[in-house]
Amino acid sequence: MAKHTLSVLVENHAGVLSRVAGLFSRRGFNIDSLAVGVTEDPNVSRMTIVVDGDDYIVEQVTKQLNKLIDVIKIKQLDESDSVSRELALIKVNANPTTRSDIINIVNIFRANIVDVSKNTLTIEMTGSADKISAFEEMLKQFGIKEIVRTGMIAIERGNRIIKANNNNEDI
Amino acid sequence: MEMTGAQIIVEMLKDEGVTTIFGYPGAANAPIYDVLSKSGIRHILTRHEQGAAHAASGYARVTGKVGVCMATSGPGATNLITGIATAYMDSIPIVAITGQVSTEMIGRDVFQEVDITGATEPFCKHNYLVKNINKLAEIIREAFYIASTGRPGPVLIDIPIDIQTKTVEYIQPGKPEIRGYKPTYKGHSLQVKRIIESIHQAKRPLICAGGGVITSGASTELIKIAETLNIPVVTTLMGIGAIPANHPLCLGMLGSHGVYAANQAVTKSDLLIIMGARAGDRATGNTDKFAKHAKIVHIDIDPAEIGKNLGTDIPIVGDVKTILKYLIEQMNINKEEVDAVRQEWIDTVTQWKNRKNAEDLYNISTDSPYVNPKYVLKVLSDITNGNAIVTTEVGQNQIWAANHYCTVHPRSFISSGGLGTMGYGLPAAIGAKVGSPDSLVIAIVGDGSFQMSMQELGTMKQWDIDLKIILLNNKHLGMVREVQKLRYGKNYFAVTLDGSPDFVKLADAYGIPAKRITCNTQVKEALNAALEHKGSYLLEFMIDPEESTL
Repeated sequence: MAKHTLSVLVENHAGVLSRVAGLFSRRGFNIDSLAVGVTEDPNVSRMTIVVDGDDYIVEQVTKQLNKLIDVIKIKQLDESDSVSRELALIKVNANPTTRSDIINIVNIFRANIVDVSKNTLTIEMTGSADKISAFEEMLKQFGIKEIVRTGMIAIERGNRIIKANNNNEDI
Repeated sequence: MEMTGAQIIVEMLKDEGVTTIFGYPGAANAPIYDVLSKSGIRHILTRHEQGAAHAASGYARVTGKVGVCMATSGPGATNLITGIATAYMDSIPIVAITGQVSTEMIGRDVFQEVDITGATEPFCKHNYLVKNINKLAEIIREAFYIASTGRPGPVLIDIPIDIQTKTVEYIQPGKPEIRGYKPTYKGHSLQVKRIIESIHQAKRPLICAGGGVITSGASTELIKIAETLNIPVVTTLMGIGAIPANHPLCLGMLGSHGVYAANQAVTKSDLLIIMGARAGDRATGNTDKFAKHAKIVHIDIDPAEIGKNLGTDIPIVGDVKTILKYLIEQMNINKEEVDAVRQEWIDTVTQWKNRKNAEDLYNISTDSPYVNPKYVLKVLSDITNGNAIVTTEVGQNQIWAANHYCTVHPRSFISSGGLGTMGYGLPAAIGAKVGSPDSLVIAIVGDGSFQMSMQELGTMKQWDIDLKIILLNNKHLGMVREVQKLRYGKNYFAVTLDGSPDFVKLADAYGIPAKRITCNTQVKEALNAALEHKGSYLLEFMIDPEESTL
């Protein structure tokens, strides 16, 4: 099934995340990932939700989310017209013989090493979900001890913006 | 002015025009009750919090105003849950106010603590846990606004006891501005044009009227459109009363428990105009086969209902009344022409309507020890002429009432449609009577569902709420028994209600006169006597457990 990215502006107060998450589980919608953080307006949070499903599901998700009083605005982002990123922290086995190989791969992927120990390297990696998966694939041979991923966040390209109190989405 | 939280709550309730509250006190809402006692607001103490929620729902359905119920924290709050879910499924505006343990104790599992906002979140239109007394008045204003506007529904406000006792400067809040909540009332004019075109092209158009027609007060417009365009009307369970059941164009209720004419008309129609209904599964059955020859027009105020269950050709989001008014303005009709085009279709549906022989349906054999419940409801219709408010329980009694009691006015058939909540009818009747004290209010109950709420007889008695209770007693859970009969090879299990009390004596114990009827010939006289009696009355009719729902 196709993946769809929804940008959802919500009131920034307690309980909103549980309302949104609860809605997905009780209506039988599948979330691929959900990332949330505060926006330039401290009263508004922005969720980026990646939904797995066909057009019917996405329409239902959008309509049901819109019914939540705390949801201010929803926009489905067009993949080709938006920039999306995910952050991953990966802890991988590293010994004196493998360390330089890993560093090479890290450089090729333009990732960063953020922590070193005698037998591990911790790498910070930003990119599209695909890029992170490719990177993960390359590191598997060394033995991945731990992965943490943020889920995807996305923003539209160009002049378009999504604002809580503004119906005109062009600046 | 400095006020305590409890004073603000009561002040805001008065400000919202609340005159009656159905509730149950406890430790965590005691400060509110203390203020309430001097407020002039009538408080109806029920015998169970669920009864309070259902009564608030019955009150709201009869008056069109927001019904208010109140309970304490923990079990008080959880006892409201079925009532809140019932109101949610049927889009009934109620505000439920619960007490909560003190803010600093929340999350520690203290005595009578429960996360009621978390628990009710899936079946509330919205809910609040008040953590800041400065927001209290504003929240109450918002709650009433959200409950009563757009697609109505229940809103719960959970108020910790320390918020009730703290003091703050009270500032009367203005009209709420909620940026995430802007219901659409006005329909899209282009879509209305498309509806009119479709009606002109249609040979066999049909209107399906749902609860939204009643909620928006669009009966007059619905009847005007049906009559002008000569279009027959079917109703959902929630739509009963939108058009008088004895109107020549009314075909009755559709769906799995609906009548032949209504279902036949849906199947054969080439244009189905759904108004204020969500196309629920009990109305549509298998959606692949539902109205399969028809173009579907769906009018609803909730955009999420359009396309959810049923594919739609012409969707239109907005308030049914507003849209129908606009449609009437835009119609350009040559009445004679329309009538000529429609005559064949009208003749066909009328034949379907008259298919069942009334004498078979309402047969009144005299040698049976049982009463025909369909006949009881028929006689009741004849006596009241539809000038009564009827509530039902859930089960066979509900479907008998839906199909055989002739409901004439909107807001006068009160039944739990979406959730199918047994134990709804009696407390809802209490709320209905409180909301409309001059009306004759009749609760149609079965012996199963009656026993889920019969403690509310005490509420009736205490507050002088005069109801007529029609108890259709077949000593069984009749509808489940019927399912076991038809689908489980007559493997009757857990459906007999042996051990039920003598209901006549039970009523007597509450000081309510009652009579048991076992013969069809006594029905008319007994009903007349009960309805003429000043005060409450319970009539128990003994029904054959084999009596079919349809």
